[in-house]
Amino acid sequence: MYTFQIYTSGTDVKHIMPISDTARHGQQLYQDNNCVACHQFYGLGGYMGPDLTNVISNRGEPYARAFITAGSARMPNFGLSTAEIDALLTFLAFVDQTGTYPLENYSVSWIGSVAQVDDPQ
Amino acid sequence: MISDDPSFGGLRFMQLGMVALAIGMLFGVIGGFQFLFPEFLQELLFTKTRPMHVSMVIASIFLIAIGGIYFYLPRQCKLALFSVRAVSWHYWIFLTTGLAIIACYLSGKFGGREYFEFPPILSLPIFLSWIMFGVNYFKTVRQDKKPWPVYYWMWGTGIVFFFITYTESHLWLIPYFRDNMVREIMVQWKSYGALTGSWNMLVYGTALYIATRISGCDKYARSKLAFSLYFLGLFNLMFGWAHHTYFVPSETWIRTFAYFVSMTELYIFGKIIWDWRSSLEDWQKNRYCNAYRFLIAADIWVFVNLGLALIISVPAFNLFTHGTHITVAHAMGSTIGINMMVLLASVFYVIREELPNEVHANCSRQLRFGFWTANISLAVFFSALILAGIGKGVYDGASFQEMMTGIRPFLLAFTLSGVSMMVGFWIILWHGFRLMGKIIAPVRLSAAQAA
Ligand code: HEC
Repeated sequence: MYTFQIYTSGTDVKHIMPISDTARHGQQLYQDNNCVACHQFYGLGGYMGPDLTNVISNRGEPYARAFITAGSARMPNFGLSTAEIDALLTFLAFVDQTGTYPLENYSVSWIGSVAQVDDPQ
Repeated sequence: MISDDPSFGGLRFMQLGMVALAIGMLFGVIGGFQFLFPEFLQELLFTKTRPMHVSMVIASIFLIAIGGIYFYLPRQCKLALFSVRAVSWHYWIFLTTGLAIIACYLSGKFGGREYFEFPPILSLPIFLSWIMFGVNYFKTVRQDKKPWPVYYWMWGTGIVFFFITYTESHLWLIPYFRDNMVREIMVQWKSYGALTGSWNMLVYGTALYIATRISGCDKYARSKLAFSLYFLGLFNLMFGWAHHTYFVPSETWIRTFAYFVSMTELYIFGKIIWDWRSSLEDWQKNRYCNAYRFLIAADIWVFVNLGLALIISVPAFNLFTHGTHITVAHAMGSTIGINMMVLLASVFYVIREELPNEVHANCSRQLRFGFWTANISLAVFFSALILAGIGKGVYDGASFQEMMTGIRPFLLAFTLSGVSMMVGFWIILWHGFRLMGKIIAPVRLSAAQAA
């Protein structure tokens, strides 16, 4: 019960845009290809590649598309179809609007706790 | 292969755990090289080596801890196992599921969740065997009518909490959780924090068990202090996950609460120092010199890791350390330094009890060499990760590649110390495996004779 409260309180409000079917498909692809081995959301995940939480707003869709399509010296090319890449990008865009990481505007209080200044709540 | 000797099953688990650890470390080293040199073994993708490493090592922690419980209860605690057959079943389910998971990884079929990167269907046998384990455990220890020593509580709590948190980590399969990214991440990381907490309970129970047995004095496992440690551990198991989630946008009170919860670890820290110092006087160090050495090493790593954990649980620091290699240092330092050392103490405690002269007769020098190699390498490994993490945390440019180049020397030191650490552990594991086989051999013989 206690844990259930943790899950639901606070998280509801932030659910800004409902997940679309395409984004859900993208999420599945993200898991099937084990992107988490190298990438992070909110700093959680593997360490070989960069955090992808805000990659769409920081770098732009074409940039992200280029990586996913072709890979790089360090990132494998997964040979995904255009539709799959679109789905992945929709998913990344969905993740993007859930929040900001790393925090950009924050204040540190005297006890060492951190508050997000632009917290929309 | 169902033996009637009740302690046989436990030793099998321990042996399998040692094999899993040896292989798991190898994949860790391969992954380390792939991190540095992307061309290295390119056919074996990093997406495969990483989960191979993580899953094998986690499996080895569980195997050695579970094996100890299955061994100690019938052999030393004078409690007949409720079902010996269930131990064999558990073993074979574990082994086949493990092989299936390895097959999935190598063939590139992923579940793609952090830590459990295998298809979720394979969690079913894990759940099933875990229920069997739990029932067997509680039905067995229930025979003990006296108030339970603290390690029975710790083991039991670890078993129950693993079940709960493992269930939680699968909640994403339900759309209610999956559709909400923030909720999803909260649940996921909450469950992982508690998951490590639950295996820690198994490990700490094992440590207290061995400490009690070596000191030959039961008082220690029944003292108020031991129980207050247990309750604080339990509290942390329920709330201590919170430092994983500072960054996920969620209500501020959760974050603030999480902060205060993390601070209670300070209190536990103090208790552990106390324990450590008092236990130093009690132990018959020479008799159990190998087990003793591993326990002391575990204790020293407790200090180091708790120090680090306290620093990174202060949100103001966490801001810089989260998502960097410092988190990895925290995870590696505690799994290798604390969990592995305790579990190896358990292995060599069993060996000392069952084969009193074997170790001294032929391999104590090699064991000492392995021990020091592993620990010194771990110290380098740990420091290199912290330095790499600081490098990543303070880097404020925009180029990921530039940052990675900056911390490359540390990653190199990290990988090389990983190699020597693996060699040290391999020496230890080889002797542990070999000697444990010697214990099993006569057991098997007498079972055959009886039949
Ligand atoms: C083997 C590790 C690895 C895997 C697996 C991987 N990536 Fe990457 N990815 C990288 C690395 C490393 C970079 C940084 C680019 C570089 O320097 O080569 C990167 C960069 C990116 C970028 C550009 C981000 C930026 O800020 O520069 C995106 C987008 C991306 N990856 C998406 C994905 C997706 C989606 C998947 C799963 C289908 C995936 N990656 C799987 C290693 C990986």
